[in-house]
Amino acid sequence: MAEHSDSATAETFEQPTEFAFDSASRAEMATILAKYPAGRQASGVLPLLYVVQRQMKRATGSAWVPRVAMDAVARELGMPPIRVYEVATFYLMYNTKPVGKYHLQLCTTTPCWLRGSDEVVAACRKATGIKGWHETSDDGLFTMTEVECVGACVNAPILQVNDDFYEDMDAALTAELIAALRRGEPPPRGSMTGRLNSAPAGGPTTLTTLDSHPAE
Amino acid sequence: MAKVTVDGIVVEVPNGSNVLQACEAAGKEVPRFCYHERLSVAGNCRMCLVEIEKAPPKPFASCAYPVADGMVVHTDSAMVRKARRGVMEFLLINHPLDCPICDQGGECDLQDQAIGYGGDTSRYTENKRAVKDKNLGPLVKTVMTRCIQCTRCIRFATEIAGVPELGATARGESMEVGTYVEKALTSELSGNLIDICPVGALTSKPYAFVARPWELKKTDSVDVLDAVGANIRIDTRGPEVLRVLPRLNEDVNEEWLGDKSRFAVDGLKRRRLDACWVRRDGKLHKASWPEAFEAIAGKLKGLDGSRIGAAAGNLADAESLLALRDLMTALGSANLDCRQDAAAVDVARRDFYSFNTSIAGIEEADALLLIGTDPRAEAPLLNARIRKRWVAGKFPVAGIGPQADLTYNVEWLGNDPALLTGDHPFFQVLRDAKKPMLILGQGALARPDGAAVLAAAWKLAAETGMLLPDWHGFNVLHTAAARVGALDLRFLPGKGGKDLAAMLGGGVDALWLLGADEFDTGRIGASTFVVYQGHHGDRGAARADVILPGAAYTEKNATYVNTEGRVQRGFLAVQPPGEAREDWKVIRAFSQLIGRTLPYDTIEAVRARLEQANPVFARLDILPRFGAADTAGPAGDPAAVSNAPFVLPVANYYQTDVISRASPTMAQCTQTLRPALAVAAE
Repeated sequence: MAEHSDSATAETFEQPTEFAFDSASRAEMATILAKYPAGRQASGVLPLLYVVQRQMKRATGSAWVPRVAMDAVARELGMPPIRVYEVATFYLMYNTKPVGKYHLQLCTTTPCWLRGSDEVVAACRKATGIKGWHETSDDGLFTMTEVECVGACVNAPILQVNDDFYEDMDAALTAELIAALRRGEPPPRGSMTGRLNSAPAGGPTTLTTLDSHPAE
Repeated sequence: MAKVTVDGIVVEVPNGSNVLQACEAAGKEVPRFCYHERLSVAGNCRMCLVEIEKAPPKPFASCAYPVADGMVVHTDSAMVRKARRGVMEFLLINHPLDCPICDQGGECDLQDQAIGYGGDTSRYTENKRAVKDKNLGPLVKTVMTRCIQCTRCIRFATEIAGVPELGATARGESMEVGTYVEKALTSELSGNLIDICPVGALTSKPYAFVARPWELKKTDSVDVLDAVGANIRIDTRGPEVLRVLPRLNEDVNEEWLGDKSRFAVDGLKRRRLDACWVRRDGKLHKASWPEAFEAIAGKLKGLDGSRIGAAAGNLADAESLLALRDLMTALGSANLDCRQDAAAVDVARRDFYSFNTSIAGIEEADALLLIGTDPRAEAPLLNARIRKRWVAGKFPVAGIGPQADLTYNVEWLGNDPALLTGDHPFFQVLRDAKKPMLILGQGALARPDGAAVLAAAWKLAAETGMLLPDWHGFNVLHTAAARVGALDLRFLPGKGGKDLAAMLGGGVDALWLLGADEFDTGRIGASTFVVYQGHHGDRGAARADVILPGAAYTEKNATYVNTEGRVQRGFLAVQPPGEAREDWKVIRAFSQLIGRTLPYDTIEAVRARLEQANPVFARLDILPRFGAADTAGPAGDPAAVSNAPFVLPVANYYQTDVISRASPTMAQCTQTLRPALAVAAE
């Protein structure tokens, strides 16, 4: 029978014992909370959890939301802690346990899968040594997570690293990307085959004869 | 009103009702799991599907669909049956087939409705999901794999109990109901989660694997562990009380019950007095009834009435109080007291000592002042009523006394009784309100200047418009189930009589304690002969020279008066253990021995005498609402209020009387939920 490994009662990692918003977070929070009418600040729970996750990334290199931070958000917004736990565990973009420095989020939804996401997943596993989902490599650099459609199907398959999309992936490009990340030299985000945004691969295929600057 | 046709029956329901309510009004049963009359609508179990004509051709969740005039509803069409079967199949996909070892078996909504809508085989061959059990404390047992995620428990904890500690974490197949961070529920109403859970996910921990519902004999009765007088059902098997459940009474407890009242019953089997004991040479020896009676009669012989006294405890029923009062009168004694806490009282009028607004009346009030009381510990059901009113909105609440977390916002004015005699901006709020009320706790009355506080509170009530011809906003919240009945019977020092404090320290030569354990028995004079009549071997019995075993509230037909002044009757569910007998009968038998036979032999005769003593005892269960006809206040000088801070009467909700102190479950609750007090007790 499938046990729930991500149940709060089966933690294999350590939760920090305290959390305080830093000044950068405080500034972000002020902007966010100003958007809500007085007494409705609880609506800001989603962006605030994201503030927490970014602060954790800055402070520890791992973008996640520890429980004490959820308590801090609850205090900040005057809501019962359980209501914050509910939100934080519902949305998959909040990591409720630590992730590696590079959070590899692999889309395996139909378009990416048709364009070879299985290959990308296999290449990731080979390069990082990670066996299952939600696992972190022994060196703490990589965590692999399977995600649903990230909305960039035209450039499928997609490998999202932290907040950046790497597009048009295949096995070789994935191995190269991971090697570069390992060296601490993340390449620029976008298509890895060199095309501009989602322009046709190998250059324009239409309007090729149109002279945009006709001679007078 | 909207006219709705349900299966051909035309009913009129108020606008804003939902379709499910219309179906109920038409007498049609609609199966449901998540919907509950007293909770917000979640609409997530999808079991209450019905078909509505001229609406989109799909089944509708009737609990979450408002009625419209002229609506035609079918609750038993082919489409409805098919849709419900589909929902049931989904619910059963992940529900374990463990009914034989499930405590909910026999009283399980899912089991019952699966009879109607379940398939005979499962088409599901994949693994079922398994969920780790949660630890919610010593009262609620969890088997979370059985949870069908109706979220009733979450809504109850958040809305009714006012402790938002339960939630649904994660999503989809991984969704779990729990506290996320393991902790015991901090509510005094947590036992109600067991009742509202439609499946066996939340069951009673102390009652686990004890009995099946069809083995139990059910007796309707009244709870005596606080002064609310919650209506209960006592479930027994043979000579044992196995559990206590709430019984519906909209005027008192709705359908809820406090944890102490529900779970302290295991104390009824422990430390019981089941035989007479007589002290000889400093040691208690087992004795027969005649021997015990002879010992008392021998002592009383030749004793002047003024040297004999009686004190009644907090669990005493009206019949025994009456018999003991009559016995004392026959012996020529006016030394009677029912107030072990020495609370000030004025019995000139009944509204000086009862909860006049009535518990249901709280819902009409529009401002509240609490004085020296923590209703959450003293009467959790009454506190739930205040919260219900507070949730409805526009209900300012302020308190004078020690701060407490009451599950609603309270503006604490400070713990200075002198505030009562001064003026405070909040008093203007009370004056502006149409139906303001105040609740005066025993913490404000059980003190040397109690009479002054009582008078000052009344004066404040009069000044702030609480005493109107059609509204009575002055309320005394008692903590003892026996108190109002005893006051109605004037179980108080008569003319020239001594109160309990005066009887102690050698004020009397013979002291009859009717279940009185809540005072320092060390203060009884060394040479005072003590008769203890009661059901538990607690402080009173330890000091006694003669012990007469009595019946607990589950073991007698008895009358109690709650803090509102509502006269209610409890019924015998099991026989008293061993030699123990109903208390009024014991007193009657003893009166005969000493040649002063009380004039009643049957419970009917006692009750006729009760009505004679005070006509209120004729008014069973019903509590007429009344206004304040007379604003003249109780005796006492309002100006004499001292500024000594109030002290709350109930330090530990879980252990307040002999039954709950004998209960291992209540001891566990104290350990888990009041750890500071548990350590102090050791």
